[in-house]
Amino acid sequence: MTSRLWLASWVALAATVPATAETAPGEVSYVEGAVAASLSGAAGDPAAGVKVMTTNAQGNCVACHQIAALPDVPFQGNIAPALDGVADRYDEGQLRGIVANAKMTFDGTFMPAFYKTAGFVRPGDAYTGKAAPEDLPPILTAQQIEDVVAYLLTLKE
Amino acid sequence: MQRRTTRLVAAAAFGIALAGAAGADPVDDTLEVTTEDGTITLTTTAPAPDHLKDAFDTIYSGWHFRDTDTRDMQRDDFDNPGMVFVDLGQEKWNAAIGANGESCAGCHEGPESMKGLRAVMPRVDEKTGKLMIMEDYVNTCVTERMGLEKWGTTSGDMKNMLALISMQSRGEIQNVAIDGPAAEYWEKGKEIYYTRFGQLEMSCSNCHQDYAGYNIRSDHLSQGQISGFPVYRLKDAGLVSAQQRFVGCVRDTRAETFKAGSDEFKALELYVASRGNGLMIEGVGVRH
Ligand code: HEC
Ligand code: HEC
Repeated sequence: MTSRLWLASWVALAATVPATAETAPGEVSYVEGAVAASLSGAAGDPAAGVKVMTTNAQGNCVACHQIAALPDVPFQGNIAPALDGVADRYDEGQLRGIVANAKMTFDGTFMPAFYKTAGFVRPGDAYTGKAAPEDLPPILTAQQIEDVVAYLLTLKE
Repeated sequence: MQRRTTRLVAAAAFGIALAGAAGADPVDDTLEVTTEDGTITLTTTAPAPDHLKDAFDTIYSGWHFRDTDTRDMQRDDFDNPGMVFVDLGQEKWNAAIGANGESCAGCHEGPESMKGLRAVMPRVDEKTGKLMIMEDYVNTCVTERMGLEKWGTTSGDMKNMLALISMQSRGEIQNVAIDGPAAEYWEKGKEIYYTRFGQLEMSCSNCHQDYAGYNIRSDHLSQGQISGFPVYRLKDAGLVSAQQRFVGCVRDTRAETFKAGSDEFKALELYVASRGNGLMIEGVGVRH
């Protein structure tokens, strides 16, 4: 996502959610990989979550994972476990932790951390190849993480 | 092992969905190329070089990971869109472009004089002790011997010349030196190869070693070999050099890239080339 879009969605979000309710990327507390409370302070919207998961410049989860419930999404990758039935395997807090920073659950995993802003080698400004701005935003906003988690919770077998 | 199991499970669950998609493994095929002077068979798979034995048994040219139509285009020089650029390189080679009317041909005669060079590049130059990629040799002539401004590392003139020179080594076994004076550069390139860059925290090895053969969205991941380079890329409708490809791959990790022709990418090219020691130089490959 371009930073302008990111800002726009953040502003839209800020209008609906009290700023204090949001947990900043650096302040998330992981307990054995899991994150108990909503990062945005609000509930997630599963339909918005699907959008995030299937949009290239956002989550693009389908780059690596298959999701049988989304047969219309073309070219689902086969790098990672299929997400079908994932809500039977993990609870809400565990899923939130995996989406926010999967490295806290799976040591050294290939899966990117979507809610992390520091500790990178040569971070860039999205996909421009240029250096990242000082205040590098996370790949997904707090609310987008919640939307993705809300959708993952529907994936039961 | 764990990954393989995962894939089998996934394949079982999505047998139907996967059947239509690109296969996960490199295609079992032989690259026989029809040229003006008859047919040649290029070695596109080989036992992994010793330094890579921990990672792979067999190395594969990127050609094995492309679809049938793309593979076919590389089987006949007449169908290979990259050959147009070889011809443009040849024109430049002959042209009296130097400040005093010098041409490449004036010093080197025909481009055949470059036979074998592509297969041992990058290499440490004996005289200067510097690591050279082909672009550096070309630019040394362009600036010092022809009195011109240097050509851009990824400019059209440069890539056409790379294509012409690469063609002279078609069928030669890639065999870059990694010991002696090359060792320090090789180590540096190797370190870059295994560093997880950018906000996605991905290394070359994550995609081209750990997950070679898998699909990341619509992309079938190859081993990231450069024996086919420069390649004609259908998506860009033009030539892509190895240096350029590295820029693209690092950019895709949401990282600040190194520049084409930088010391980092030169070292990386040496290391990546060494992972393909044993494959034949393809001249100009075709990719989509
Ligand atoms: C570049 C690859 C990649 C991307 C993109 C990716 N993942 Fe993952 N994911 C993995 C891998 C690999 C694993 C397996 C964990 C391990 O052992 O490393 C995994 C594991 C998971 C798991 C646990 C699955 C299980 O059954 O154990 C969940 C849930 C998950 N990912 C959700 C997501 C979501 C949601 C997104 C997008 C917002 C996403 N992933 C994007 C690679 C990826
Ligand atoms: C996010 C995944 C990813 C990462 C990380 C990555 N690449 Fe790639 N690379 C690709 C994809 C996708 C392609 C196109 C399909 C293919 O050939 O694998 C590609 C293609 C290539 C090719 C062209 C192969 C051919 O035959 O056309 C080379 C060479 C290459 N990569 C080298 C590298 C190097 C060196 C690095 C690290 C600096 C790197 N890649 C990092 C995904 C990646």
